[in-house]
Amino acid sequence: MKPDTKEAALSFKEIEMTFPDGTEALKDISFDIKREEFVTIVGPSGCGKSTLLKIASGLLDATGGTVAVDRDRLGYVFQDATLLPWRTVIRNVELLTELHNVPKDERRSLALETIETVGLKGFEDHYPKSLSGGMKMRASLARSLTLKPPVFLFDEPFGAVDEITREHLNDETQRLFKSEGFAGLFITHSIPEAVFMSTRVLVMSARPGRIVEEYEVPFDYPRHPDLRFEPEFARLNGEISKTLRGAHS
Amino acid sequence: MTTASPVSPRGRAASTARIVLPPMFLGVVILGAWYSVSYFALAENKRFLLQPPHQVAKVGFLEWETFSEILLALWSSTKVAAIGLVIAISIGFVLATIMSQTKLAERALFPYLVVLQAIPILAIVPLIQFWFGSGQLSRVVVCVIIALFPIIVNTLFGLQSAERGMHDLFTLHHANRITRLRKLMFPAALPAVFAGLRISAGLSVIGAIVGDFFFGRGEKGIGQLLSKFASRLDGEELLAAVIMSSLLGVAVFLLFGWIQQAAIGKWYAASSND
Repeated sequence: MKPDTKEAALSFKEIEMTFPDGTEALKDISFDIKREEFVTIVGPSGCGKSTLLKIASGLLDATGGTVAVDRDRLGYVFQDATLLPWRTVIRNVELLTELHNVPKDERRSLALETIETVGLKGFEDHYPKSLSGGMKMRASLARSLTLKPPVFLFDEPFGAVDEITREHLNDETQRLFKSEGFAGLFITHSIPEAVFMSTRVLVMSARPGRIVEEYEVPFDYPRHPDLRFEPEFARLNGEISKTLRGAHS
Repeated sequence: MTTASPVSPRGRAASTARIVLPPMFLGVVILGAWYSVSYFALAENKRFLLQPPHQVAKVGFLEWETFSEILLALWSSTKVAAIGLVIAISIGFVLATIMSQTKLAERALFPYLVVLQAIPILAIVPLIQFWFGSGQLSRVVVCVIIALFPIIVNTLFGLQSAERGMHDLFTLHHANRITRLRKLMFPAALPAVFAGLRISAGLSVIGAIVGDFFFGRGEKGIGQLLSKFASRLDGEELLAAVIMSSLLGVAVFLLFGWIQQAAIGKWYAASSND
């Protein structure tokens, strides 16, 4: 890894993960993510990508190696929006600050602010059951943003929404990344999604998961949706796709 | 997305008619069958077995003396059922909450709950009488015994129904046990709790009436009254009392449905009518 003056916000060192049943999920994973870096991991299903996020967040303990990250204000977006159905949008967005004992007034203003950021203004008093999949994901994003997290983990958050909604959400995520300046670690199956948002794409091999290749993404932010039609974008996509195909076997 | 399309008054009337007319029609058919049994199937000297509807209405509902006796007995049984239900709810919530907190407690308690559920109430009538006498207290005990199981099982199921991801979220943000219970598990349990309450409330009413047959001392419940009417061959009064008991069951069912709708209808029901 290139030496850099910025300190890593999230750092994995020789992570190994073997489950009690003997399954080797991860092997020798080492990489750093600095602030204002957005790293995406692509890899075959079941290669341990989500496991790595769980280890980063402390939901799982690795069987070897170390993680360095400030877990106090970790942003974590799950595969599902995990909104509490009995709370309105604004009460859902307030949940994390509530758990962190932020005073009520501040909680409210943070929630209103992030709801506006993700474009859900006007839906504050709606219950999750009346929101579309994309809107639920936005609410989930807003919820994490209230903590102003220095590190943001995304566990395949946009897998369940339709293609156009996904592109919108990708667009918004890279905009948020630029304005909030967090260190992002994003997990996905989708190579275009990875290339469109990231500063760096890591390709993980099939089980046991190892990082087999690393790609710098050279495009400037903010990235225009039409970037997806540029030849350079397609070329990088193709290259990663080829590596991923190799990683499958 | 925000508001459902407005329903025109005419459309609403039509849909109400679709809901109300079929049962009304069936009701008329049943009344007709009742009349024909009373007048054609039964000989004059056997008619007391099934008096025609208007006769039942006249004697059972319109004669204040009889009707007030029925109402008083019904009220007494309602109190018994309500007290039993409240006790069952209190015990049930506490046990289910404890069981949700440790697998050990769940494993230890569950077999005994199944036994409690499987006890034929008739088999322990003498025991209940031996311990609690043959008055109101014993009737309450019967209600508690038969209402407890659905409350515990449904509450426990509800407490365990919060999704894994939601638990992870609370774990990530260092929520303690109490916070997790209060902000995640209890609200998540509510739909199942209400389903359990509805079942248990109905069972509790049955318990109060059945308990009445065995433990008749003290204030007279509707079960006592039913057996009194039956032993005197008062057909009209007996039928009126049966009808009122059924109405009590229906009222309890509707009441709990209404409470459920008021409490969680806004976020839970797939289609709410607001």
